[in-house]
Amino acid sequence: MNAPVKLPGSLDANRQLDQWLKFEADGTLTVFTGKVEIGQGVVTAMAQIAAEELDISLAKVRMVSGDTVLTPDEGHTSGSRSIDEGGTALRYASAEARDLLLREAAKRLDIPLDKLTIEDGVVSGFDRIRRVSYWELPHTALLAREATASVKPKAASKHSIVGTAVDRLDIPFKATGTPRYVQDIELPGMLFGRVVRPPSYDAQLTAFDADAIRKLPGVVAVLRDGNFIGVVAEREEQAVKARTAALKAAQWKEVPIAADEAGMHEYLRTRPDNKETLISERVDATAKARGTRKLDARYTKPYIAHASIGPSCALARIDGERIEVWSHSQGVYQLRYDLATVLQMDLEKIIVHHGEGSGCYGHNGADDVALDAVLLSRAAGGRPVQVQWMRDDEFAWEPYSPAMTTDVHAALDDAGNIVDWSVEVWSNGHSQRPVSIKTPSPVSSLLSAWYLEQPVTRRTQADPPMAGGGGMARNAPVIYALPNERVVAHRVEVQPLRASALRGLGAISNVFAIESFMDELAAAANCDPIEFRLRHMKDARARAVIELAAEKAGWKPGTQSDGTSGRGFAFSQYKNGYGYMAVVIDLSLEPDPHVTRAVAAVDVGQVINPDGVINQSEGGIVQAISWALKEQVRHDRERVLSRDWETYPILTFAEIPAIEIHLIDRPEEKPLGAGEIAAGPVPAAVANALYHALGVRLRDLPLTREKIAAALV
Amino acid sequence: MPEKITLIVNGAAHTVTAEPDTPLLYILRNDLKLKGAKFGCGLGQCGACMVLMDGHNVMSCEVPLWSAVGKSITTIEGLGTLQSPHALQRAFIGEQAAQCGYCLSGVIMSSAALLAANPEPTLDDIKQALTRNLCRCGTHTRMIKAVQRAAADLKAAK
Ligand code: FES
Ligand code: FES
Repeated sequence: MNAPVKLPGSLDANRQLDQWLKFEADGTLTVFTGKVEIGQGVVTAMAQIAAEELDISLAKVRMVSGDTVLTPDEGHTSGSRSIDEGGTALRYASAEARDLLLREAAKRLDIPLDKLTIEDGVVSGFDRIRRVSYWELPHTALLAREATASVKPKAASKHSIVGTAVDRLDIPFKATGTPRYVQDIELPGMLFGRVVRPPSYDAQLTAFDADAIRKLPGVVAVLRDGNFIGVVAEREEQAVKARTAALKAAQWKEVPIAADEAGMHEYLRTRPDNKETLISERVDATAKARGTRKLDARYTKPYIAHASIGPSCALARIDGERIEVWSHSQGVYQLRYDLATVLQMDLEKIIVHHGEGSGCYGHNGADDVALDAVLLSRAAGGRPVQVQWMRDDEFAWEPYSPAMTTDVHAALDDAGNIVDWSVEVWSNGHSQRPVSIKTPSPVSSLLSAWYLEQPVTRRTQADPPMAGGGGMARNAPVIYALPNERVVAHRVEVQPLRASALRGLGAISNVFAIESFMDELAAAANCDPIEFRLRHMKDARARAVIELAAEKAGWKPGTQSDGTSGRGFAFSQYKNGYGYMAVVIDLSLEPDPHVTRAVAAVDVGQVINPDGVINQSEGGIVQAISWALKEQVRHDRERVLSRDWETYPILTFAEIPAIEIHLIDRPEEKPLGAGEIAAGPVPAAVANALYHALGVRLRDLPLTREKIAAALV
Repeated sequence: MPEKITLIVNGAAHTVTAEPDTPLLYILRNDLKLKGAKFGCGLGQCGACMVLMDGHNVMSCEVPLWSAVGKSITTIEGLGTLQSPHALQRAFIGEQAAQCGYCLSGVIMSSAALLAANPEPTLDDIKQALTRNLCRCGTHTRMIKAVQRAAADLKAAK
């Protein structure tokens, strides 16, 4: 048999047209997408794409997203790939559907194809008398076929919906408090569950009187399964009280964490089982020999939390043999697969519906709490149980962005050109998400599975391959035109703290290092930092964003700082193949270090919704400033100490800078996500601004007042 | 022991039966089915649960039920509805001032308290008034613009 032809984006794995589109009896179109809303506006963007290709108004489009019964399996909504994978699939599916419908209409109306026009789903000839709507055509039969991707989507110049700042479909609901989130769903007879976690990762439960907790008001079930404890009660406050009592009652034997904060980077770098991989190498011995000044620097980034505002939540019920789960997971099919593994059930017996949650920015507790809800529903005889983690559950148990070290070495020739360059990275793998891949013996990504009496083995961390943008070595290779380059990654196997994917993955540390180091080299070469970058940059789109940011910010080479404020620049192309951002940061040191202004130039190829891109860019900038100045998961040898917003502070309204985003639209280029483009350059630009202000170079994130003071003495 | 307690929420009286120390947030969400206010921390640190009590913005996760008795409580649902949104809600929609939106109802309620007390706030006034509301998505600049827009709209409507 011939291998099926490769279809674009997620269409390849979901090949039926009617998996994507359904014309409804009420004159609307339902669009099915496997990508889900996580605050980035992607569902609206998908609606725009379908409406555009089919020539119908947005008002007629209904979206269904992330559902193991209804929608295609498009993997995780992550890595800024949604528009690329899901949007592309939908474009081709819609273009083909339009073509099929149009041909059918031509037959029925007896008008040649090229004489037909479509207006809001109504096909007519010039006379507008002979007309037929999509809904009057045999659409069900027409769409019951495999896609061929042979119909070319519209040219960008013909777009009237895509590329415009369409209002997001979800915001009116959210602004009026209309129930919308998993947290808001109520089923008849629903109970409330809470988890009772150990005080530290490897603690063993030595004593627990479950019966005492069962006697508390409203308590319906107390589940103790190995080292997992959960409580279920009629009312939410009763579940919270039962949890508090259970936390007090449970006695644990704790196991220390392998290193404290101060010793963590060193500990991770020196593990004997670290695995070294050569990521890339380019050798030009002649150029290298011209090097006269060598520079080396080591940069470090701590564990960072996703720190969603709403703790993770899920709802589950068990009806006989069938389990139904509502979750804000980024991958409902992958979650289902993992649940089936842990519960030893057939996939078909589990249904997972996506519901919106608080922004997650990567792999947080969303999947974990879904298992908690199933376990507690089972303990409560299958009744619907809503479980929401408490604040400290979220902070202490979510998988953090791993601590990383990035070393950079370079040599300059006499003319101030980079002639040698190497980067070395140490990190855990950057993903421990659920995946739908069969392993020889069962493994699970879900937290509670590891704590059961019959535990399921913890899935080993994966690290996305470089072909997909990489994980720990993401953006460790540069797009500067350098004659020599060597990039080595050291994969750390031990996980003293739980770690997985956070927005940007390794790019946070690597771009922080590389773009800080570019400034260090520029200083050594006695050159303006932007001029120095341009000198080493051939990529035209990169040059354009760098120049635009400099111009819009009013960058003036050679400007001296007054010692209380500074200005810094940084640039990166996300994954070296995705969106570009160049950013100028103004930093003030009075009274505490804070950013006063951020000016960014952004190129994410074709822009589907300019307002969405700006919103995502602004959000990314704010979050990355917060990482740069404040964030670090606190812990000692005993426990994680970051358990609330006082022990894990983030940027507040009072500290928000003025932000300007300047978009370069490239309608004929591939559309790329904007969610992660700020993750790398912003922390580097902040560090560079600090250097400009005070002449001190901090290489260890976060850039706190204490570290600045220590560097100044 | 659970008690019968009557509350005035969004202008109407509601009687609930619960322990008097129950956080108001749970009563609003679970007994009155007003899901707008959100659980974020339960510690008075994030503002996701913000509502108005006699016109002041309070964190409802920290307000015990007994202390809400006799007060006039307003939630985001009482401000306006999908069909007829309040000027602030219109402004937040107009500015597209949300990403995930989980913090949104709290931010809007703090803004409502601000505009009631100070109809022409400066940029700094707005930042200070919202600084107990955390937003992890980084939507702050748009939210500030939305408050400015609402202030201007309300002034023009006078
Ligand atoms: S939930 Fe009330 S302040 Fe955070
Ligand atoms: S919009 Fe997501 S936390 Fe504010």
